[in-house]
Amino acid sequence: MFAHEFFRNAFLAGTFIALACGAVGYFLVLRAQVFAGDALSHVAFTGALAAAAAGLDTRIGLFAATVTIALVLAVIGERAGADDVAIGIVFAWILGLGVFFLALFGSGSGGGNGLLGARALFGSIFGLSGSDAVVAVVVAAGIVPAILVIARPLLFASVDRQVAVARGVPVTALGLAFLVLVGATAAEATQAVGALLLLGLLAAPAGAAHRMAANPYLALALSAVLAVVSMWLGLVLSYAIPTLPPSTAVIAIAAAIYLLAFLLTARLPRVLAARAGTRLTADGPTASR
Amino acid sequence: MPAASALAGAGLSPDPISDLQQLTEYPFMVNALEAGTIVAVTAGAVGWFMVLRRQTFAGHTLSLMAFPGATFALLLGLSAAAGYFAFATVAALVIGVAGGAQSDHGGRGQVSAVTGSVQAFGLACGFLFLSLYRGVLANYESLLFGSFLGITRAQVLTLAIVAAATLGVIAVIGRPLLFASIDEGVARARGVPTRALASGFLLLLGLAVAATAQITGVLLVFALLVAPPATAQLITPRVGLGLALSIALGVFVSWLGLALAYFYGYPVGFYITTVAFAMYVIARAARAIVEHPTFLPGRAPVADAGA
Repeated sequence: MFAHEFFRNAFLAGTFIALACGAVGYFLVLRAQVFAGDALSHVAFTGALAAAAAGLDTRIGLFAATVTIALVLAVIGERAGADDVAIGIVFAWILGLGVFFLALFGSGSGGGNGLLGARALFGSIFGLSGSDAVVAVVVAAGIVPAILVIARPLLFASVDRQVAVARGVPVTALGLAFLVLVGATAAEATQAVGALLLLGLLAAPAGAAHRMAANPYLALALSAVLAVVSMWLGLVLSYAIPTLPPSTAVIAIAAAIYLLAFLLTARLPRVLAARAGTRLTADGPTASR
Repeated sequence: MPAASALAGAGLSPDPISDLQQLTEYPFMVNALEAGTIVAVTAGAVGWFMVLRRQTFAGHTLSLMAFPGATFALLLGLSAAAGYFAFATVAALVIGVAGGAQSDHGGRGQVSAVTGSVQAFGLACGFLFLSLYRGVLANYESLLFGSFLGITRAQVLTLAIVAAATLGVIAVIGRPLLFASIDEGVARARGVPTRALASGFLLLLGLAVAATAQITGVLLVFALLVAPPATAQLITPRVGLGLALSIALGVFVSWLGLALAYFYGYPVGFYITTVAFAMYVIARAARAIVEHPTFLPGRAPVADAGA
């Protein structure tokens, strides 16, 4: 399996992208902002098309567009919270602009735009070159430490905003910085693995970790680990079954992990509570004596 | 579309009557205008509740279920309707269950995570079906971004039926849904079945939006679902007026978008989203000015619309 260069590239890039998505995703779920991640992943599509239409490097277009829109979302969303409706409206407009650039680009180069669109949405992790993989590693290696640096105040600001403000935590600046990091993650992941896989890796492992671990640092680590595990299992599965696209395999694994976490945490507390209840009544007389 | 503007030839003139005549000269434009009106009315009504309930993410996710639905139907040789109704129903129920369980675990973050996972998984399924099918899906891009200009009479009729059914359900559950959306705790205490209503609304949203997206594209439905209702809620907190305004703005946006696309080329989706976005920005700016303390001193500030 590792004898193939395409698989080594996919594995290397996939691991680091999953690590970044898991870390960023945990805070997205904590702040109920997965929609922002979704929107930013589609912004990357528009950015790439705009750069292609203008004849610029698509990677520059990607990063410029996602970071800019991340700032816009933060500003028009209520108090840097990127509120649901604001995201939706900006999102729809950005998609409309994407269609516009698609028409511009399509008329300029004649055909081939469908392929670019499909690639931006669904990605092709098995089609990455060695240099693509190195870029993915470098970007993720920048995002993960940045998240760790702001993790403590960001956690405070996300869990209890008012108290954080009162204690002098710069919540607005943190919200902005965080969305910029989401934008950078989205830009990198979209052009490497596609918007679809990005969203799956942002939402599912983080949702599972959030359910399973109460300690935030543990949950943050668990989220990154689950994302990497989904990526590894998905890549192997897709290698073993050639008709299964890698992004589908990775998302299926991630969704299965989330489902498992949901079932475990939805049932366990009830079972435990029932047991505790019976023990309480059984021990009741002894305790009162 | 460049082809459409070539057909029109003349372009906009100073005379609005002759413009309107040009616009309705071709049957495909009549179909497009009718479809645009029907979609705008449905989206304006359903979207008003969606925006009130802050469920834009769920709305977007459900509209995307048209993609796995269509590819699933293609793969099995079923009718497209069966495919998207199946996927929209399942997705709406999963998000509904997660929303119902939110009070006991994790709150809004979990709902957001579930919605994102459902969307990613649904699209991944669609991608799998597409690669299993191995054939060429003629226009998955038009599924996502829509082409209003190829709509047939039969599709207009389908849209009208979906719209009538959706508006009928809204009329029946509108009052309790409004109560549950504004104050869930009080509504539950008064015996309103808030959980059933929440799931029922998502189901309605999913079925209406997926059925519509199948014909007009995800982007157009989504744009009409969010921007006109959000603009209406910025302008007025009143329910009846807000709903009417939301529908009127939606119809205005889709007509203007279609006319611009007809006369100047470029995709309809671009014009509709741009007009809708501009409208929202203007409403927001106007509201910020009106609410500013230095504006007309002595007047009470405008009541908050919850927007």
